[in-house]
Amino acid sequence: MATTLARADYRTRLQTILPKLVLSPSLALILLFVYGFILFTIYLSFTDSRMLPSFGWVGFENYDKLFRLRHWSVAVSNLAIFSTLYISICIVIGLALAIFLDQKIRGEGVLRPIYLYPMALSFIVTGTAWKWLLDPGIGLENTMHLWGWDSFTFNWIKDRNNAIYTIVLAAVWQTSGFVMAMFLAGLRGIDNEMLKAAQIDGASNFQLYRRIIIPQLRPAFLSAFVILAHLSIKSYDLIIALTGGGPGRATEVPATFMYSYTFTRNQMGIGASSAVIMLMTIAAIMIPYLYAELREKD
Amino acid sequence: MAVASVETSIRTGSMTRVFLYLVLILFSLFYLLPFVVMVLNSLKPLSEITGGNMMALPEVWTVEPWISAWATAQIGIEPTGLSPYFWNSIKMVVPAVAISTMLGALNGYVLTKWRFRGDTIFFGLMLFACFIPFQIVLIPMARVLGLTGLAGSTPGLVLVHVVYGLGFTTLYFRNYYMAFPTELVRAAQIDGAGFFNIFWRILLPSSGPIIVVSVIWQFTNIWNDFLFGASFADLDSQPMTVALNNLVSSSTGVKEYNVHFAGAIIAALPTLVVYIVAGRYFVRGLMAGSVKG
Amino acid sequence: MSEITLRNVSKIYGSDDAAVNNINLDIKDGEFMVLLGPSGCGKSTTLRMIAGLESITAGDIFIDGKLINDIDPAERDLAIVFQNYALYPHMNVAANLAFGLKLRKVPKDQIESRILKTANTLGISELLTRRPRELSGGQQQRVALGRAMVREPVAFLFDEPLSNLDAKLRATMRTELVKLHNDLGTTIIHVTHDQVEAMTMGDRICIMRKGIIEQVGKPLEVYRNPANIFVAGFLASPPMNLIEGSFEQEGDSLKIEVSGITLTIPAHFANAYGNVHSRKDVILGIRPEDIYTDSNDGRYTCMETQVVAVEALGPETIMVVKLPGGKEISARLDRSFRAPIGSALKLYADIERMHLFDPETEKAIVAR
Repeated sequence: MATTLARADYRTRLQTILPKLVLSPSLALILLFVYGFILFTIYLSFTDSRMLPSFGWVGFENYDKLFRLRHWSVAVSNLAIFSTLYISICIVIGLALAIFLDQKIRGEGVLRPIYLYPMALSFIVTGTAWKWLLDPGIGLENTMHLWGWDSFTFNWIKDRNNAIYTIVLAAVWQTSGFVMAMFLAGLRGIDNEMLKAAQIDGASNFQLYRRIIIPQLRPAFLSAFVILAHLSIKSYDLIIALTGGGPGRATEVPATFMYSYTFTRNQMGIGASSAVIMLMTIAAIMIPYLYAELREKD
Repeated sequence: MAVASVETSIRTGSMTRVFLYLVLILFSLFYLLPFVVMVLNSLKPLSEITGGNMMALPEVWTVEPWISAWATAQIGIEPTGLSPYFWNSIKMVVPAVAISTMLGALNGYVLTKWRFRGDTIFFGLMLFACFIPFQIVLIPMARVLGLTGLAGSTPGLVLVHVVYGLGFTTLYFRNYYMAFPTELVRAAQIDGAGFFNIFWRILLPSSGPIIVVSVIWQFTNIWNDFLFGASFADLDSQPMTVALNNLVSSSTGVKEYNVHFAGAIIAALPTLVVYIVAGRYFVRGLMAGSVKG
Repeated sequence: MSEITLRNVSKIYGSDDAAVNNINLDIKDGEFMVLLGPSGCGKSTTLRMIAGLESITAGDIFIDGKLINDIDPAERDLAIVFQNYALYPHMNVAANLAFGLKLRKVPKDQIESRILKTANTLGISELLTRRPRELSGGQQQRVALGRAMVREPVAFLFDEPLSNLDAKLRATMRTELVKLHNDLGTTIIHVTHDQVEAMTMGDRICIMRKGIIEQVGKPLEVYRNPANIFVAGFLASPPMNLIEGSFEQEGDSLKIEVSGITLTIPAHFANAYGNVHSRKDVILGIRPEDIYTDSNDGRYTCMETQVVAVEALGPETIMVVKLPGGKEISARLDRSFRAPIGSALKLYADIERMHLFDPETEKAIVAR
């Protein structure tokens, strides 16, 4: 009797610590590799690190320098243009396609994967494809000329003023189908009975969407916005593959700025401070969102 | 697909429908065009590309560019083709996906079925980690990999991808297990099953859909990653994306577009196949997982 | 042998009020104990604490005198049947039954014979190879029961197992469970919010509200002598009529004024309640089944009422009537009895069977 009791006791105690034991490797990894690293980078942004981390404290000097750099302000304004257009176009196209696809469309099963597949591709692949399509010498412009439309010009990718829009184009191509899927799921989740009730109340299709359906897609809008905002701030690969930041600095964004200052220009302190600014931007969007999500659930 | 089954009760007139189909088909052309053009031109000799119309079908069909891209093209300084990098990617992706999915499943299990004080904080920390810009961790990561001797190695990349994928896999499994009836866990407890027994015998057998989601998500993300590969890999561990970028943007010699396209398609093929085979489950799970939260 | 004893048991979640507040309960060996109460009364929490699925905030739980507070649920040797059955969806019926035995390392041939025996008893032998989703609700219910039985536990815990069944099946299962209990003789704790289940199945019932036990006793005892207003109003359907009133002392006889009616309390009755003379306010309880359409040779007290609603249920007629003071009460009358709505109706109450409650403490005023 005594032994079974002791055994039970041991087992019980094991059962109560096991869950925490199982979580601990993940917790350790996240604490070190995410939060520890964030702190380290924040610290570096206040030091005179150049090629290698060094620990001479310089206060806000790096931030001061960063905000004076023309290169940085170009990168920031490029990102502002890029993310505004990218997010809004993706949402408009995604919502429109989702609504259209939701009208008992024959062949929906074929269309949907076509809209979605670019999401599976690497930005490097997307960049390779679009770089060439947009190349005036052999791409779309050349084709139009060969087809006899000689006045057609589409050389944005070589044009300092317009190159950023080619990034938007390729990025929209890659993710708008995914946004469509998010909205479609939202649409399919809306209670049909309610729509019928509204129809009986005399709502036209347009009113139905404007007054009943779209307002109910609020969570999908929010998720789409958060995901797209986060993607746009992080986007690095696509720019590297499509324009390499050029022509000149026409498509430089903070992500490419950070990389080149840190690893090729040996200005690690400034690179770190630019990374901190990026993190703070994302945090300003994500933390309220995550906070609301988690609170709702508990 | 998730999204399927329930149809709306909206009725549309026939003019509207013509317009709808027109728009939908135009957009499908927009999405298909770059890839189709890439495939077509990867089957042409180079002269047809530089001198001809990209929209035209090949006059001479050739798989030469594919063979070159795979086996002989100049990548960086070596004429190895993409094949060694393809295997590098495989060696990196498989363990990283397996480990991060397993850990995510266990985390999700604990966070929903063995709740404790502070579990929401833990989850919030994991969740925020999904969304950090990786630039914030690049510098210390390079340093830690260097200090531990993992720099430039496949295990180093596996570690990186496990760490930064963990938030997502945890999120997926947590949301999935939230909907898993807790009474089944209770019943198993009463039946005498312990912590791991319940996980193995009760939860895991019902986790098929979310495992698919987690694996696809991790697979595509890690396979398609460029930043970490470019930052932390050396020649022996460089993944496919980095090699492709080297191939495409090498500034020496003639630009062999057909080879570039073949290479790009080869690089895209694994994730495309995964999408085509299991895409429907992925979208379903993603909707259940991340959007509804 | 399996007595279950709860001593000063409490459960508090976070900073909320206690879900279970300092309860004491002795469940005897082989007893069928029903925990009855509205949702949120703490009955399920109590069951889960006994099972070990919830930790105990304060107090002790004993099984056969052994303290089990900190013992793992698996080691308590109890079996639960859940409301939604909680069958393992990826295992067939036989595997569902075998799961607990395998984990306990019961020899294989024994597992097989026990499964067959249990399946026979419950009439689910032909379902053994099916998956839970291929079963009807009633079949799933039996399998859940089988999974509990096959373990041969020291006690069964039933967490509202019948509430997902349709009315007819529920009635059948009630009698079957009682029969099963008679055959097995194992202690059963059955949680329900259905007072019919409580009345028909329990050896004793324990009525709970807001985390405390209101009354424990044999079903008919509790029915006859509800300890307080809550129990009086909860048990039976329609429940006891509860009417606020006040005492009037008129010479020797004691009268109660309720909703415009004056009831004379029989002398022998009033004397038994010696302590009521000093009171003013009282709540009078009278069951609908103690109201009649005739005076039984003047032994019952006449009430002038007005018909508000008539529910002809078939076996009986429930009449809702209004007393002169406006209070509505119900009466359970003969199935053939009818009266038009709005009409005046004379009804007769069997005052001997009335109950008196203290409006402040809500407790029954018990005869000495």
